[in-house]
Amino acid sequence: MADPMRIRANVVGDATEVKVLMNHEMETGLRKDAQGKVIPAWFIQNVTATHNGKTVLAAQWGPAVSKNPFVSFKFKGGAKGEKVQITWTDNKGDKRTDEATIA
Amino acid sequence: MNMKRREVLQTGGSITLLALITAAGWALPREALAADSWNKAAFDTKSMDETTKALGGTTPAPSKDITFFQTPDIAENGAVVPVGVTSTIPKTESIAILVEKNPNMVAAMFDIPQGTEPSISTRVKMGQSSNVYALVKADGKYYVASKEVKVTLGGCGG
Repeated sequence: MADPMRIRANVVGDATEVKVLMNHEMETGLRKDAQGKVIPAWFIQNVTATHNGKTVLAAQWGPAVSKNPFVSFKFKGGAKGEKVQITWTDNKGDKRTDEATIA
Repeated sequence: MNMKRREVLQTGGSITLLALITAAGWALPREALAADSWNKAAFDTKSMDETTKALGGTTPAPSKDITFFQTPDIAENGAVVPVGVTSTIPKTESIAILVEKNPNMVAAMFDIPQGTEPSISTRVKMGQSSNVYALVKADGKYYVASKEVKVTLGGCGG
């Protein structure tokens, strides 16, 4: 099973800044191992961030996003103590959701 | 077997990817039914024209209202190139990050719902020195900006 994400959410002015670090191999499917066999692609395809049930960011990723992906964004609103949820789904159908409290 | 391997080596990245996916028994229709949608056509494109076509848009207009931040002129490690994009175009709906000389151009696409600032930062892989494009959809139209990033060590391994 996938490792947890590291999420940090902070109030900056009238917005909430969210920084996410995910744990994922992000294999492109173009690399080869020592035997010359292609390593199958394995990467996060969809990322969704929600706050109070509202989607604040929806992303589609290709294999060109770096290993252990990082993303940061800001959304208006959000108060201290509220939760931000991040979900990703990879091309093998694996899924992970983590949440963080806005500080 | 050898024949097959050679074929795999010769064909482009997207075809290899498709072959692998099929080989792994990862049925495409299942993906189509999944709640999350993933625009496979857009991620398979190799040029800006193809990409905008796959997204259902027209040729993007160059815009000075799209700026890069945290993006280096020279990246030491192509496996981890920070790219930040801010759009000040009103009604920005989505931001896509594209790397011109990668096997497939599109690296990431972000939908910006109302209330979210059109400013995104992430990290991408770059196989070689190339232009990085920010493709912004605002009010139904497409805009683009580019920045050249030199890579001293490629990020695609192998």
